[in-house]
This record gives sequence, C-alpha cells and structure tokens, in this order.
Amino acid sequence: MSESDTAELEQFRAETRAWLEANCPPEMRKPATGDADVFWGGRNAKFSSEPQRVWFERMRDKGWTVPDWPREYGGGGLSAAEHKVLRSEMAKMGARPPLSSFGIWMLGPALLKYGNETQKKEHLPKIAAGLIRWCQGYSEPNAGSDLASLQTRAESDGDDFVITGSKIWTSYANYADWIFCLVRTDPTAKKHDGISFILFDMTSKGVTTKPILLISGYSPFCETFFDGVRVPKSHVVGTVNRGWDVAKYLLQHERAMISGMGERGVGRPLGQIAADSVGADAQGKLDDAMLRGRIATFDVDEAALAACAERAVDLAKAGQAHPAFSSAMKYYGTELNKRRYEILMSAGGVDALEWESERSKQGARPRAWLRTKANSIEGGTTEVMLGIVAKRILDLPGA
Amino acid sequence: MALVLTEEQSMLRDSARGLISDKAPVSHLRALRDSKDPAGFSRELWHSFAEMGFAGLLVPEEFGGSGLGYMEAGVVMEEIGRTLMPSPFLATSVVAASALSRGGNAAQKAEYLPKISNGSLLATLAIDEGAKHRPLQTALQAVRAGNGFKLSGAKALVVDGHVADLFIVAARTAGSAGERDGLTLFLVNPKAKGVSIERTIMVDAHNAARIELANVEVNADSVLGEVDQGAALLDGVLDVGRGAVAAEMVGLSDEVFNRTVEYLKNRKQFGKLIGEFQALQHRAAELYVDIEITRAATMKALQALDVDVAKAASAVAVAKAKAGTTATRAVQEGVQMHGGMGMTDQFDIGFFMKRARVCEELFGDSNYHTEQLARARGY
Ligand SMILES: Cc1cc2nc3c(=O)[nH]c(=O)nc-3n(C[C@H](O)[C@H](O)[C@H](O)COP(=O)(O)OP(=O)(O)OC[C@H]3O[C@@H](n4cnc5c(N)ncnc54)[C@H](O)[C@@H]3O)c2cc1C
Repeated sequence: MSESDTAELEQFRAETRAWLEANCPPEMRKPATGDADVFWGGRNAKFSSEPQRVWFERMRDKGWTVPDWPREYGGGGLSAAEHKVLRSEMAKMGARPPLSSFGIWMLGPALLKYGNETQKKEHLPKIAAGLIRWCQGYSEPNAGSDLASLQTRAESDGDDFVITGSKIWTSYANYADWIFCLVRTDPTAKKHDGISFILFDMTSKGVTTKPILLISGYSPFCETFFDGVRVPKSHVVGTVNRGWDVAKYLLQHERAMISGMGERGVGRPLGQIAADSVGADAQGKLDDAMLRGRIATFDVDEAALAACAERAVDLAKAGQAHPAFSSAMKYYGTELNKRRYEILMSAGGVDALEWESERSKQGARPRAWLRTKANSIEGGTTEVMLGIVAKRILDLPGA
Repeated sequence: MALVLTEEQSMLRDSARGLISDKAPVSHLRALRDSKDPAGFSRELWHSFAEMGFAGLLVPEEFGGSGLGYMEAGVVMEEIGRTLMPSPFLATSVVAASALSRGGNAAQKAEYLPKISNGSLLATLAIDEGAKHRPLQTALQAVRAGNGFKLSGAKALVVDGHVADLFIVAARTAGSAGERDGLTLFLVNPKAKGVSIERTIMVDAHNAARIELANVEVNADSVLGEVDQGAALLDGVLDVGRGAVAAEMVGLSDEVFNRTVEYLKNRKQFGKLIGEFQALQHRAAELYVDIEITRAATMKALQALDVDVAKAASAVAVAKAKAGTTATRAVQEGVQMHGGMGMTDQFDIGFFMKRARVCEELFGDSNYHTEQLARARGY
C-alpha cells in the first residue's frame, strides 16, 4: 500500500508512525483481555489502568477517537486516505482503539447525516471526548429481525413526546447515559412510515432497566422499560415519522463495524496459538493434521476477507459501492469470527474449558467463544443479511 | 494502490470484453470442440488479439509490447473466463512472456519477445510430470553433453503443447526429485529431434498435450536463467500463472453466477419464480459474497505481483486457493439451480463446470495453495 502513497501521504504516514511510537503506551499495544479491559467512556467511566487513561487522553486531544469526523465536532478532520493510513499504522503496532462506543460506531454517523446543527453541536463533541455513553433502543420482544413492527409508542403532548413501551437486548443499557431509540409516532401509518428516531437521557423519569444473564455468564444487555417518559420533540433526529431512514443508515454502520470482527484477529496467528497446546510433529507441522487444515483454510478466508474489506473502502471512495454491501460483509465477517473461536476452542483442548480459574483468566477464552455466537445475530441475523443481499443486490423477487 | 480498476484498466476491460463477447462467445468454444479443430483455437482471432496489443500486454515496450502489468493481464483473463475463449493468452502472453522477460538474457529476449508481441510465436511452460502440480518433483533429466545438454523425460498437461513454437522446460541438472536446488529451465524447440507430442483432448475442450523428450539435444544458449538455480525463477513465473488463472476463475464464476441469477428470475415452479424461494436466495447470496471476496483477493494478488513478484507468494496462494473453491461452488450451484437443464450439453453451463475443474488443477489446486500458506506461516 505504502508504495503508492503520494509524497504528502508518505509524510503523514511517517509523522503518524512517529507520534504513535512516542505516545502509545506498550500496555496498549495488545488486545484487551476482556470486556472489563475496554474503555467505554461515559459519566461513570473508570479506567482499568493508568496506561489506558494516558492513551485515551492523548488520542482524544488529537481528535483521534474519531479521526475522520470534522474538527468542529471534536474529530481529527482526516481525509479518507489519511484515516486509512492511521488505521494501518495502528494495526501494525497492535494499538487498541482508545475508546469503544456506540456513539462513535453508530449514532455519530447518523447524526452527521441526519442531525440538525444544534443536535450535532450538542452530542458529537461529547461522544468524541467519551463523556456520554450511548445505548441502542431498537429491538423489542416482538420486533427483532422484523424490526419495523416495533410497538413502543411516543404520543404527542405539547412540545413533548410521552414514551411508553419496552425494549429488549439493549446492550449496556444499565451503564448508558443516553439512548437512541426507535418509537412509533403514528400507529395508523404503514409499518415503516410511522417510526421516529429519538434521543433521550437514561436518567429521565420512567426509564428502568433489568440485566439479562447470558450463556457467557455476563449480563451485557438489558430489558429496558419506558413508563410515560417525557422527551422534548426537538430530540427527534431527522423528520418525525421518517425515522426508518435514519435507522437503516445507522444499521449500515453497525453492520460494517461488526463485520470487521472477522478480520480483526486476536493478536497472535491461530497456527501459533494452536502449536503452543497441540505441539508439532517431526517435520515441525502442527501435530493434528485436520486442525492444521482447518486453520489454513480459515487463514485463506480471512486474508481474502481482509482484501475485500480494503476493496469495500476503496469502492466507497470511488463512489462505486453498493449501499447494501455492508450486509454482505457483515454476514461473512461474523460467520468467520465464529469459526475462529471454534478453532481456538479446539486448539485449546481441555485448557480452554476452564471457566473460573486464575490460570484461564476467569475463563476468558470460553467466554469469548460464547460471545461470538451473537455475532451472527446482533445487528441483524445472518439470515436477514442474506435476504438483504438477495433482494437488494441480486434483485431476486420478493416472496 | 486502491483495489478498484483505474480508468485505463476499465477501458482495457471494455475493449477486451467487446472483442471476446463478440467474436468468441461460448458457442465459439463449442464449435471448435464439435469440429475437432486441429488447432483448438482460432488463429484469426489470435491475430486480432495481437493487433489490439493483448498478445504483448506484458512484454516491455522496447520489445514491441505494451509494457503493462499483471493487473491488466488479470483484467483480460477475467474476460476470457466469461466466455471460456480458448487462446494462447495464458500460456504465451502471460506465463512464457514473464519467464522470458524475467529470466531471459539479452539475446533470448530480443529473439522471442517481439514475436510474442506480434502474435507470431506461441510458447508454453512444461512443468508437471505427475498427476498433481508438484514443481519440485521435477525429474526430467538434463545431462551435460559437449557444449550443451541432453534432455530426457516426460511432461503432462502442457498447455497449448501441440501448437507451441517454443517449450520452456523445467529439468533437473542436479539433485533429485523433491529438492529445490538443481532445477534449470530450458528453451526447447518442439520440432527438435527426440521430441514427441501427444495432444490430449481434455474435459474442457481446451488445448493441452503430453510431451516426451528422448535425448533431445540443446545447446548452452538454451538455458533460461541460471543452471541449477531455476527454482526461484520458476516460483515467480508460476505465481504469475496462478494469479492469472485465479482471475480467469473469477470471470468464470461471475458469469456462471449471473446466468444462474437470471434463471432464478425467470424459471417458474409451484406457481412462483424459483428465485422467490428463500432456500435458493440464501445460497445465491452466499455465493455472491464468495465471488466478491475472491475478486478482492485476486486483485490483491495481482497488485502484489506488480509491485514485487518475489513477495507476492502468500497473496497468490490465498487468491488461487480461494478462487478454486469459489469457482467449484459457483459451477456446482449453477448446474444444480438450473435443474435438468444444467445437465444438458445443449446448455452452456456445463462448459463452465468443465473449465473450472481444469483451472483448479492448473498450477496447483486449492489444497496445494492452502498448504503453501500454512507453511509460509510456519505451523
Ligand atoms: C449480543 C447482542 C447485542 C445486541 N444489542 C442490541 C442493542 O444494543 N440494541 C438493540 O436494540 N438490539 C440489540 N440486539 C438485538 C438484535 O438486534 C436481535 O437479537 C436481532 O435483530 C434478532 O432478533 P431476535 O432476537 O428477535 O430474533 P428473531 O427475529 O426472532 O429470529 C429468530 C431466528 O429466525 C430467523 N429469521 C427471522 N426472520 C427471518 C426471515 N425473514 N428469514 C429467515 N430467517 C428469519 C433469524 O435469522 C433467527 O435465526 C442485540 C443482540 C445480541 C445477540
């Protein structure tokens, strides 16, 4: 890649590398050990370590928590090409993202496109600076894959909407400060036409959350209940009853983010991780020919996906990207990531079965393995992604 | 470098597509097959190809070529894959031209490259001896004799072997089968004494031959590259061939896929278009994603070949491995989703299935390249 950089970009690359070298603490150059080791920001944010704080603050000060957002909203103002350079230089040294945030991955892009100036000025800089942690109120007990059938009502009352209903699978609702939420503002309209996209504070009167225990032993998401929550109408993003456009646009970003998991890797290459526990035969090959074959096939697919992710960015830059392509990538990336963790479990053998022990870092591997099973469900299931590809990209007839 | 075609490359694609789809649709291959054409390809078409600058696409300008890169060669290969046009492009213009440009001395380049550019010389690489692609297993002997060498042994699947004017033969000047050292590439005239050629009519109706060399005498000027040190040159040239075949497989897969999706939109059963059945929609969608991923991996490999052939090995292994499994899936789904129609000779889809099988074996199948990647990564 670097061989084709223009002189300017070459200089940016050199400066970026030098800055990262000087500013990224060594502890932040390996993957987080688990969810507790990820920095999510928010009013009650706590750093898990001093290096984590230092790394976050330095990146924030450069606007590099959101490198490609405009500077006026707390971003780094980087061009697409510069952003690609920054990402590749960070990847090369294994630098972790300084801030993980639904605000960055999902809400930000939607606000940049659909928000009014007041909303942008109010929310974007706080997202960039990790001051407010957001959660996503999309799914309901009876509206999962069929998201547009959601029933949570928002009734007009003067300058406010009054919101009543419940959401489910709201990740980190119990830690979040604000929610971006889909509500029904016109129950008489067609399914997609009566939905609005609205923002409100989770400390508003009438909001309660209840964590749900998962197979991984964690409770990262909640049932969320709204009992007559009052929200000013000015908090609607985009047009009232046109929230589905915003919702869909946000989902594209969510899917693109989730698809990245398939090519994100977990530090060391699988072949080496497997060699540690399985050992090698006399020729130095992994002493389990079938597992070795699975890993090699995985490596082929992972490298090919990485090329495709790179091409997707290049196509977008060239204005040739299909808007539904993120669904294609989401499907493949998440299925691949599940394969990665099946291989990791297989490679780990009995060691990977330990759940509560110091040696296993409290079962980090089996818990992560179980977590990945959600990859092909969250943000739209694999079946739904394939349906989108079939209808929107291949133009196959609807049922 | 971006993984999208430049404007020039898109123009090249359009002109290749125009010529190929016009002059050599699948019916062209069918006619050559049915008439048992002795050459197995159209010389007339090959000359038009040369006139448009395709034959010498990789040949440096000083030797009359267009001096373009592997990305461009891939663009043409992809178009060839769409109609399965039989032509000397892969063997002569991609593989042999690269071998001569990279390994040839001044005299060899001056003699052969201009003729490749103008389409008057066909050349091919003779490498595999056994049923599977194993370059290091080369056993064909080259023993020193006077000022030159005497070659004895046999080669299988020599692409265009029955029409070539020049063979580039991998031989063993030292060591034994399986070793890297001791390989040497020779330029051999197919008309030389002791050469016998058997055209093998293959499943895909493309051209190949088995050749046998019995004490064939060549002089010292016939060595391409260094004596005993041919492996590195061979690796690089094979990688070029692999990248090109991967591109052909992308074109082939994409074409079969497009035809299949069209069929899904037109064929009715149970009072519905079969494309309305979700079972088929999802399989089609998965295949689409596979093809897009394979296309990206192949572009990545071709780009790597352009930048540094020696370092491109892993990217090429990924591309060829992925292209093999994707093309196999594409043709299998193609036939299956066409139902009984897909099994008829009258329908074109079977031609793609047959060509995919051949491309899979050419220069190493998916298993071979997956294994290469595992080795490169040291596990
Ligand atoms: C880890 C995780 C985090 C999440 N975080 C959030 C969050 O923060 N906020 C939020 O709002 N939601 C969140 N979700 C919810 C997620 O978006 C839904 O779980 C998802 O959209 C699927 O909906 P469902 O669970 O109701 O399954 P269902 O829709 O009931 O699906 C059940 C099965 O039926 C299949 N199916 C459904 N429709 C079709 C169809 N048309 N064709 C074929 N198959 C079909 C599905 O693919 C699936 O296999 C999260 C989910 C997970 C697992």
